Amino acid sequence: MALIKKLPIDLGVRFLEYRKIFFVISTLIVLTSLALVAVRGLNFGVDFRGGTLIEIRTHQVEELGALRSELNSLGLGPISIQEFGQPRDLLVNLQKQDGGEQEQQVAIAAVKEALDDKVEEYRRVEFVGPKVGEELKISGILATVLSLLGIAIYIWIRFEWQFSVAALVALSHDVIATVGFYALTQYEFNLATLAAVLTIAGYSINDTVVIFDRVRDKLRRFKKLEQNELLDRALNKTLSRTILTSVTTLLALVALFLFGGEVLRGLSLGLIFGVLIGTYSSLGLAVPLLSLTDLRSSQDEDEDSHDDKTLPKKDDQSTPIHLG
Amino acid sequence: MLQFPRWKIFLVLAVLLAGLAFASPNLLPKSVTDNLPDWAPSNQVNLGLDLQGGASLLMEVDLAFAADERVKNVLEFIRDNLRSARIGYQNLSVSEGSVVFDLRNPDDATRERMRAIISQLSQGLLISTDEARVTVSFSEASTVEWRSRLVEQSIEITRARLDETGTKEPSIQRQGEDRILIQVPGEKDPDRIKQIIGKTAKLNFRMVDQSADPNALRAPADAEILLSNNPENPQRYVIKKRILVSGENLSDAQATFQDGQPVVSITFDATGGKRFADATLANVGRPFAIVLDGKVISAPVIRSAILSGSAIISGGFTVEEAGDLAILLRAGALPAPLIVLEERSVGPGLGADSVLAGQIAAALGLALVIVFMAVAYGSFGLMANAALVSNLILIFAALSALQATLTLPGIAGIVLTIGMAVDANVLIFERIREEVRQGQSLTAAIDNGYKRAVTTILDSNITTLIAAFLLFQFGTGPIKGFAVTLTIGLLTSMFTAIMLTRLIVILWLRRNRSKALPI
Repeated sequence: MALIKKLPIDLGVRFLEYRKIFFVISTLIVLTSLALVAVRGLNFGVDFRGGTLIEIRTHQVEELGALRSELNSLGLGPISIQEFGQPRDLLVNLQKQDGGEQEQQVAIAAVKEALDDKVEEYRRVEFVGPKVGEELKISGILATVLSLLGIAIYIWIRFEWQFSVAALVALSHDVIATVGFYALTQYEFNLATLAAVLTIAGYSINDTVVIFDRVRDKLRRFKKLEQNELLDRALNKTLSRTILTSVTTLLALVALFLFGGEVLRGLSLGLIFGVLIGTYSSLGLAVPLLSLTDLRSSQDEDEDSHDDKTLPKKDDQSTPIHLG
Repeated sequence: MLQFPRWKIFLVLAVLLAGLAFASPNLLPKSVTDNLPDWAPSNQVNLGLDLQGGASLLMEVDLAFAADERVKNVLEFIRDNLRSARIGYQNLSVSEGSVVFDLRNPDDATRERMRAIISQLSQGLLISTDEARVTVSFSEASTVEWRSRLVEQSIEITRARLDETGTKEPSIQRQGEDRILIQVPGEKDPDRIKQIIGKTAKLNFRMVDQSADPNALRAPADAEILLSNNPENPQRYVIKKRILVSGENLSDAQATFQDGQPVVSITFDATGGKRFADATLANVGRPFAIVLDGKVISAPVIRSAILSGSAIISGGFTVEEAGDLAILLRAGALPAPLIVLEERSVGPGLGADSVLAGQIAAALGLALVIVFMAVAYGSFGLMANAALVSNLILIFAALSALQATLTLPGIAGIVLTIGMAVDANVLIFERIREEVRQGQSLTAAIDNGYKRAVTTILDSNITTLIAAFLLFQFGTGPIKGFAVTLTIGLLTSMFTAIMLTRLIVILWLRRNRSKALPI
């Protein structure tokens, strides 16, 4: 019954042999993402750029072109209208107006007045003034940088510095790639999507730590094993778990993407992309990066003295035979 | 080896039962939970404004505007009082937040008198002199206190106004130094709230300066040019700066009708009534102006002294305008204008749609994961699924008990947790499989599998918790909700994986005495 039995414990994938290919791919991903952000730019939501977003449900299906030209004749700068989920639901996007917070309110009132006879329900109004928009941007960047640093410091404390550096590189890779994904798809980048990016950082590191944990475990147990061989074994031992967890997480996220409603669409798509990229980077980037350093150098210094204590107890000593 | 002390079994069961108890009110209709006995948990999950619909407004108290007025008041005080004390001065003006002027006769005696007069206004004034020049400014301490009091007052008046309009359950909180967050669940029309708190509603009665020409560019020093209230064709008035009676001296205001026109009838308190009587008595036959927020509402001629302590304000109002004005006057004037910094409102339709979509997505995600785990792991998958369902129950129990707010991104957090929660179990199961392959007995493998997996689970979850914690710190409203459910989900999933599935696995092992691992 349990299909898992068919999945071998050790798939024997030689990850480390392909590490150069992985590094090239990852570099390309990062460069492409940065280029996309620089050239195409992110489609910032009102949270970060300031301005107003109004979601309306109209009495009947409106002709978008006519509505667009009507609103744009108000002299409030370019106003975009797009369908949102279904024909009667429209998103009206109002740019930040020149001047202070008061001018924004005047503009919202003008747009509402123009729309009023067509609107059945104002489903959502989000207005972020210039001041708060700026603050949200700063705290967003701060939250991202601090999360990455916080995670890196935790890894440094729990593991060695090499692990921490590799994790930080892999995490930055994931964050940049996810942001690049938003630049590519032009899905709105707002507070919720930023949350998605940070969650990806959390998910990806979760994956990475599980493998790191195994690497550390093996470093302690097999003092003589060649380093790349050791890394490959750690990757393969945890591979089934890495895949299974990605699958269950993706299953839940696909359900969210398909049925979670229009508002969560951008968030769930980013999460799906992030889980894929995070899983890839744990396998193809974080662990192969470790191979560029000598993991045993620092290990030897401080582990030699209490080797006996960290050495596995009785039941563990049988294991090397099985693997040898 | 497979010890699972009795007390631990009871602990796990107790946590699960408590979880059920705290989560169950969410399945009952509100009418039932309201009537539960006190000892029974009756809190339902608190839905955020984006799910139940409602309006959230972040306002800023315009301190710069108020500071401006504060200095001007000092200037007016100095003008009036130095003149009446016959102290000569010139070049009276405001410069960089201070009032400056030059004494015509800067000897010590005059300075002393000047100081005595100005310090009457407020203890917090700093008066410095340099030759003839006098600089009057506010001390740092008094400014700090003034700002704080101003924001407190603004909150009180905002609350009073919203109460007057019958807004239900508004939450009004101070944020930072000069901000006020107003949240009104279920409010369909945020514009209405903006109308109610968008006006400072400073009302005062002043004389019209008949000697000056309203069309002149400048008004006399003790007067100012104000416009009438009708925006299409504003009329110019020259109004004396001295205030006869202000809105602070009102005891009541009601919207009513006079000759079929909507008007607001006001009643003065004792002080206001006396001042109004004196002023009208002294100025019969002359026009006075009713000024609201710097606009002249009307400027009737005083026909006779008004001693009754009440008056009628008419100004071509609509019924709604008269009603609103009465509310504003009853609640009192805001000490400074409020500026909308951020507004988020969600209609009840979208809120309900979001809840439904979230429920469907969560149910489907749950179903997919459960089927997948059952197919992949067979009987062990069923154990993981039991843990997954308990995990969800515990999440809802924690949300209800802590009265944390569930937002739309929070629902996304729960769905994500459903996917990630089985991770801990997968980690343990895979480790057990590995141990068995290495030739260990089933019991030893399970024991070791758990022992080894636990540190990994802790390490990997703590890193995710770090990200969630920072999200909570830096995020606003809905994002905080996401961080909360993610955090709760991580904690409960650690509990269910380490404690609950372990218990189930051990019970299974004891019962079956099997030698072979089914996975």
